[in-house]
Amino acid sequence: MTDFTRRTLVQGGTAAAAAGALTGPAFLEWSKAWAQAAPWKPEKDAQLSILRWKYFVQAEDDKFVELMEAFTKATGVKITISRESYEDVQPKASVTANTGAGPDLFWGLYSLPHLFPQKCVDVTDVADYLGKKYGGWVPSAVKYGKEGNKWIGIPICYTGSLMNYRIAASQKAGFSKFPTKTDEFLEYVKAMKKNNTPGGFALGHAPGDGNTWVHWCLWAHGGQHVDASDKVTINSPETAKALNYAKALYDNMVPGTASWNDSSNNKAFLGEEIHWTNNGISIYVAANKDATKKHIADDMNHAYYPVGPVGKPTELHLMFPILAMNHTKYPQACKTLIAYMLEADNFNPWIAAAQGYLTHCLNAFDANPIWTEDPKRTPYRDVAKRSLTAGGLGSNGEKAASAISDYVVLDMFASFCTGKDDVKAAMSNAERQLKRIYRS
Amino acid sequence: MTDVAISNPRPAPRAPTPWERLKVNRNWLAMWFMLPTAAFLILFLAYPLGLGVWLSFTDARIGRSGVFIGLENYDWLSDDPVFWLSVFNTLLYTIVASLVKFAVGLYLALLLNQHMPFKAIVRAIVLIPFIVPTVLSAIAFWWIYDAQFSIVSWSLRHMGLIDGNINFLGDSWNARWSVIFANIWRGIPFVAITLLAGLQTVSPSLYEAATIDGASKWQIFRHITFPLLTPIIAVVMTFSVLFTFTDFQLIWVLTRGGPVNATHLMATLSYQRAIQGGHLGEGAAISTAMIPFLLAAILLSWFGLQRRKWQQGESND
Repeated sequence: MTDFTRRTLVQGGTAAAAAGALTGPAFLEWSKAWAQAAPWKPEKDAQLSILRWKYFVQAEDDKFVELMEAFTKATGVKITISRESYEDVQPKASVTANTGAGPDLFWGLYSLPHLFPQKCVDVTDVADYLGKKYGGWVPSAVKYGKEGNKWIGIPICYTGSLMNYRIAASQKAGFSKFPTKTDEFLEYVKAMKKNNTPGGFALGHAPGDGNTWVHWCLWAHGGQHVDASDKVTINSPETAKALNYAKALYDNMVPGTASWNDSSNNKAFLGEEIHWTNNGISIYVAANKDATKKHIADDMNHAYYPVGPVGKPTELHLMFPILAMNHTKYPQACKTLIAYMLEADNFNPWIAAAQGYLTHCLNAFDANPIWTEDPKRTPYRDVAKRSLTAGGLGSNGEKAASAISDYVVLDMFASFCTGKDDVKAAMSNAERQLKRIYRS
Repeated sequence: MTDVAISNPRPAPRAPTPWERLKVNRNWLAMWFMLPTAAFLILFLAYPLGLGVWLSFTDARIGRSGVFIGLENYDWLSDDPVFWLSVFNTLLYTIVASLVKFAVGLYLALLLNQHMPFKAIVRAIVLIPFIVPTVLSAIAFWWIYDAQFSIVSWSLRHMGLIDGNINFLGDSWNARWSVIFANIWRGIPFVAITLLAGLQTVSPSLYEAATIDGASKWQIFRHITFPLLTPIIAVVMTFSVLFTFTDFQLIWVLTRGGPVNATHLMATLSYQRAIQGGHLGEGAAISTAMIPFLLAAILLSWFGLQRRKWQQGESND
């Protein structure tokens, strides 16, 4: 027999967070108890509509829907969910911000709340509540979530982009563990190519895989597209070094990476055409699910990106922040929902359902067993801590968002690697485009 | 009595008031009949077009109306190598694809116009590429052109003709020819079937007369079929050029304009800059820059249609 009181539920829930998930009626009871104790009370007859990025892992979305349904049952707030491919959330959110009509909540990519900070509900209280309760926010999350002293969005999770590699092929090439320095990585790439087990990074217009690796490469060599005052600094010797390094990698990659989109490397890795690439954990998840690909899952592992001459990690991962529009009639309901999503009892099973595809931004969730029960997932635990932000040294607003979605840095790398432009032309083309994007 | 009648002549018929006249005016009535259509055209065609042109003179962003900045967007584009590359790509794409579509389409139409078994079925089959949704056929081509899994590369490799995979979409020129090929594949049925319809309007008696006169097959084609087909060719090619010039889906699915913008058309670049990059004004300027080219294509066929020589053969001025 289960005899829950509100207090034991709330306390037990948080304490036993990592230990296991509540299910069925117990979960609903917990949700109800949580809603009563929560610092926010949804408005009467509140209804929310939320636009989220379209999931990569079906189980993650199923869990998300389950959470929303439990929230509705516990609070009476009806929720409508719609989904868009992640690069399409931004235009819709912008239009909503401008017209004041549309979904109440947007869950999108990178610096979404910074595109229209004055249109976002101030969620500082939610961020403080969660931060205090769960061991604080990672630094990149603070940068993405805060504008001045105010939180304008809550960083829900990251999707990590890390190195995926085949173990046996790497060992055969003489690397018992994955290279941790860029010089060593170049040797690795050459050796892999020589052994006829090459890999590759996307150089086509791949918003995820393409943008993440070129930014890593640029930053690893000390290049920056803008400085702290948003002055364009792409045309620099450091950028030239990064370009030359990328070209050396490209010359030893599998042919055709200039045409790759976000799914090409997944296909090629699962088709055993490539033996290293950068990706989320989706290749591993897919390989584990398919009996005919199980041997790939067994023979692959993940690693951080190698550290470059700057001497510290320079990774870029996909951040998914949520924001509430201030045209919403139910700001309290929005806040309640956001806090509810990130409570350990909800967030832990949800992150577990995503099987490593989503990484938390709150330190306490490091303890989730999902990260340690399979050591191959462990590197993805740390992506939030290691990630830099999409704006580089500069601001995280619409300029940074434009530069990324216009593929300025990616095209600079692609045009040099494929031999279309020399270093100077590639840099000055990018500089010209960036100056326009960053003009005041 | 009679005097009275004479001295009081019947009042002259009253001149109809303007309103009464208007009520029976056919032009006035016609205007009312046309109003719904006009409203429709203005609302859904003229207004968006005008708005697009206006946006191109502003620095509007998604979600924020801009201020008038004159020709700044055009000034920037005139100096933007990516924009000029997209103009070049669009022209190459349109010209090559339209010419091939015309040549192969006409050939196919002539073939299909012959008597053959299962004529109706064969004609229906030819239409398939046109019926399949563009996105679907584009995804099929995406697999065909895949850098690692291309069926073409695979077959050639197994036949021992090539060593490595063909880099269809990763090399600038390969990518251009590949997307042009996909567009041709998709566009031929439209040209072929429409020209076939045109061919069937040519009176058989002309062919009979020519045959009696001893005309060769080529002469029959050159002096009967082709001249009689010119009006429909003008219409078909206008449409074909317009569709090709404004193509978007095929490129977006296959390459998103890559590699290194080698397959960016003006339409795809406009979308990338306006919707994804958020610079509505600049994107609108790229779209507006397409108008002169489209107008030229329309005017060419318009004047062509007006010329009787085109319509009715060379000797008829």
